Amino acid sequence: MLIRKFMRNDLRESQITPENVFLQRRTLLKGMGFIGAGTLLTNSGQANAIDWFSKKEITPFETLPLSFNVDDNLPKQVLTPEAKVISHNNFYEFGAQKHQPAELAQNFKVNPWQVTISGECDKPMTIDYDDLTKLFTLEERIYRLRCVEAWSMVIPWIGFPLAALLSKVSPRSSAKYVVFETLHDPEQMPGQRNRRLGGGINYPYVEGLRLDEAMNPLTLMSVGLYGKTLPPQNGAPIRLVVPWKYGFKSIKSVVSIKLVKEQPKTTWYQLAPNEYGFYANVNPSHDHPRWSQASERRITTGGLFARNRIETLPFNGYAEQVADLYKGMDLSKFY
Amino acid sequence: MFIFVRHIDKVIGLKLIIHLVALLPLLTIYYLAFTDKLGADPVQEIIHFTGIGAFNLLLLSLLINPVAKYFKQSFFLKARRLVGLYAFTYALSHIFNFLAFDLQFAWSLFLNELVERPYIFIGMLAFVILFALAMTSLNTLRRKMGKSWQKLHNFTYIAAILVAVHFYWSVKSELSSPILYCLAVFILLALRYSKIKHLLLASFINK
Repeated sequence: MLIRKFMRNDLRESQITPENVFLQRRTLLKGMGFIGAGTLLTNSGQANAIDWFSKKEITPFETLPLSFNVDDNLPKQVLTPEAKVISHNNFYEFGAQKHQPAELAQNFKVNPWQVTISGECDKPMTIDYDDLTKLFTLEERIYRLRCVEAWSMVIPWIGFPLAALLSKVSPRSSAKYVVFETLHDPEQMPGQRNRRLGGGINYPYVEGLRLDEAMNPLTLMSVGLYGKTLPPQNGAPIRLVVPWKYGFKSIKSVVSIKLVKEQPKTTWYQLAPNEYGFYANVNPSHDHPRWSQASERRITTGGLFARNRIETLPFNGYAEQVADLYKGMDLSKFY
Repeated sequence: MFIFVRHIDKVIGLKLIIHLVALLPLLTIYYLAFTDKLGADPVQEIIHFTGIGAFNLLLLSLLINPVAKYFKQSFFLKARRLVGLYAFTYALSHIFNFLAFDLQFAWSLFLNELVERPYIFIGMLAFVILFALAMTSLNTLRRKMGKSWQKLHNFTYIAAILVAVHFYWSVKSELSSPILYCLAVFILLALRYSKIKHLLLASFINK
């Protein structure tokens, strides 16, 4: 396997995307008045009638270039354009509509930042902002991201395996699960102070993995995408990426990683246990109660005419690497 | 100044406004979606836009009668059919977007979803009602149908309830928007309390 050191400053072809993707359209939609815009008008918490006329200038969050290893032997996949990756986000802390995090998260402070790794381990530790990109060798991982809502993206993440981090704290044999928590800071996160904006879920956001899932080489702690540090709407400064599970498992803006004995009650499980299980492995033969999971729409480029509905694969196409973890389990019961 | 305008001109003016307000957004949203200028997922955007648009227009059509009565402006009523037809147009486009751009003409999946997902089924029931109302909206048909025309068109109330349920059920979390819409339907139906009570009683007595 050829691994070359790579400093990402130049643009890739797939990166050159029309800026019009996220510029302008909100203003246009709002300008179009009440007919179709019911949810747009009422939900944004900050926007109101006056804002349509006085265009608010948002200073975009500054992302920094990263240096990382690239594995050139991986099969080529069509990437989702960066503009779409950073403007279509489920991050309810910054609004439950997909365009809101990109609008409401730009002033998010990620430095200083601390992640504590604690619980059932011998050497608990705390990582500071600077360590996030320096403690481990960073690598690029191009993963498919399958949302439970049946759309998907292909994203070039940059990060390090969670296993490398967990090995550092020496988990005890009593550690069976890993619990992650997102920052709880209602001052900065409008969705946490306004239930309507925040989608009515409980905060702080909690996710979890079984320890063997957490130690799987695919499980990534991501600190960047498309060659740069993460923008806030994608979970800056550090987030989890578990590519064989539905996107909501991949918790953003993590401040706590804790080794525990019991299976945690995760956020979406708390809200609707019959719809969002603890495992949440991508599984085309187990439907969400309200929609089919057999296929998905792959978001790349192209408007309405993009013929992008594709079959969903078991474990999102990563069965070879992870199916063993679930040997002997009834996946329709442990969904 | 308004009172000097003739009745017929007022109706034409009102209809013109309705055409503009309903048609322009629809054309704009399709233009944006076709040219990939509607955010990362134009499909989801246009489905939601036309869905909520259809609901808004349906509610507006139900608002016209009480408003016309309250302000004693009977010419409002002349524009009601147009609003209803636009509600139908938006609903048609909502379903077409789902079939053509989301499911991409996977008919078996479409039928499957229709049967298996109660909220889609309920939405479809509402659409069947709107379809029947739109088809019978011609004056000649109205005359031919006599009393049964009004009976059929009272189904608007049921359609409004079904759409509210469809919306409420489709949402992943955060129910305040659907709850507000349910409230709006409730208020609009409450304004017709005596008529609806009468209709319900009549239908029981007939049985």
